[in-house]
Amino acid sequence: MAKQVVPGGRLVILASFLCSFILTQLPLPRVMDWARPEWVAMTLIFWILVLPHRVGMGTAFVVGLVLDLVRGSVLGLSALSLVTIAYATHLSYRRIMMYPLWQQGVLVLVLIGINQLLFHWMQMAVGMTGNNLLFLLPSLVSAILWPWFFIVLNGVRQLFRIQ
Amino acid sequence: MLIGADLYWAKMRDTRAWLSVAITPLQWLVDLPSRVAGEVSDQVVDRQLLLRENEQLRSETLVLERRVQQVAALTAENIRLRELLNGRQRLSEDVMLAELIGVNPDPFQHQVILNRGADDGVYEGQPVLDAGGVMGQVVEVSLYTCRVMMVTDARHGLPVEVNRNGLRSILLGQGELGELVVDHISATADIREGDLLITSGMGGRFPRGYPVARVSSVIRDPGQPFVIVRARPTARLDKSRHLLLVEMPDTLTLEPGVPTPDEPKKVQAVESVDG
Repeated sequence: MAKQVVPGGRLVILASFLCSFILTQLPLPRVMDWARPEWVAMTLIFWILVLPHRVGMGTAFVVGLVLDLVRGSVLGLSALSLVTIAYATHLSYRRIMMYPLWQQGVLVLVLIGINQLLFHWMQMAVGMTGNNLLFLLPSLVSAILWPWFFIVLNGVRQLFRIQ
Repeated sequence: MLIGADLYWAKMRDTRAWLSVAITPLQWLVDLPSRVAGEVSDQVVDRQLLLRENEQLRSETLVLERRVQQVAALTAENIRLRELLNGRQRLSEDVMLAELIGVNPDPFQHQVILNRGADDGVYEGQPVLDAGGVMGQVVEVSLYTCRVMMVTDARHGLPVEVNRNGLRSILLGQGELGELVVDHISATADIREGDLLITSGMGGRFPRGYPVARVSSVIRDPGQPFVIVRARPTARLDKSRHLLLVEMPDTLTLEPGVPTPDEPKKVQAVESVDG
């Protein structure tokens, strides 16, 4: 493939992250509060899977910082946990892309589970969180949503021909 | 390194405030749908409904005005009595209206985001009220927005007293909406279900006399050293959209290390007596 960088590609990636931030902040009914999917981590994993040469740990760090600002947590906590899963995804993106979508979902469960666990542990070390295992629920919800999420974002990617 | 800096370096607060300005449009965008929906429903509302609401509001105003009349007389009486006792006058506080524009997505943290910031004179530690009572306090100020920690947050404690008899205690958040715990109440203390808890004004952060919570259950277990007292906040923490930021009078701000305006005077007085 010739290096055919579409100038709009960067903007589309940015827009997808922007959407994920908005979804992260969207008010939900109280029962859904604990089950909010980790949109930002999902978007990050998607872009690393399909464009590993363009989106990597640097992106994960910047995105994590913005997420910290949104959540009001100590700067760098989300950044660290997102960089960790970005690294893990980067190590195995070739293998993950071979799997059918539902199996990818299982891996997403593990990845986002790691993300949640790291974030929660660090939050606890800083003394900012309660004692409740419900914090792992978002990873399950994200995994269930993953196939549809992947199809939609991949459609967007093909629409704009981002390579 | 960044984590450490944010935790231990005081300057990071300003940096953070500036960085937060960058996500202000994001928060505004998130809030947009509900605001548009509100405006649309304002536009297409039924005329009959408006008339009825108008009438209801008018009668409510009448009732409130009657109460205010009484309050004016009571305030005057209170001031006279305080003068008789040579007591210090109670200072009235200024308020600023604010609107809620966001909620912290992290369910472990009970925080909301308001549309007022340092630009409007909001400062850290400022009390926030809604129509029902105390809602929380400002913990982070950015230029145009601020973050408010609600009284139910697991890290929040608030000095209160029982309105009926002035029994003082600390009200702790539990990290659960609609549940607060009154700490360290001895078994013989006079506290009952239904008691109103008001801010005691100790600690100098909150003005005295605003309702905070109503005692919902008192469990006296002989095996426990203290009574377990649970309370329910009077403010509608998850429903209120229009809030009040209270500005504490300057003379009451107490900061560790900074002498209060009274202290130097006292020292002078002592010196003059010595001389």
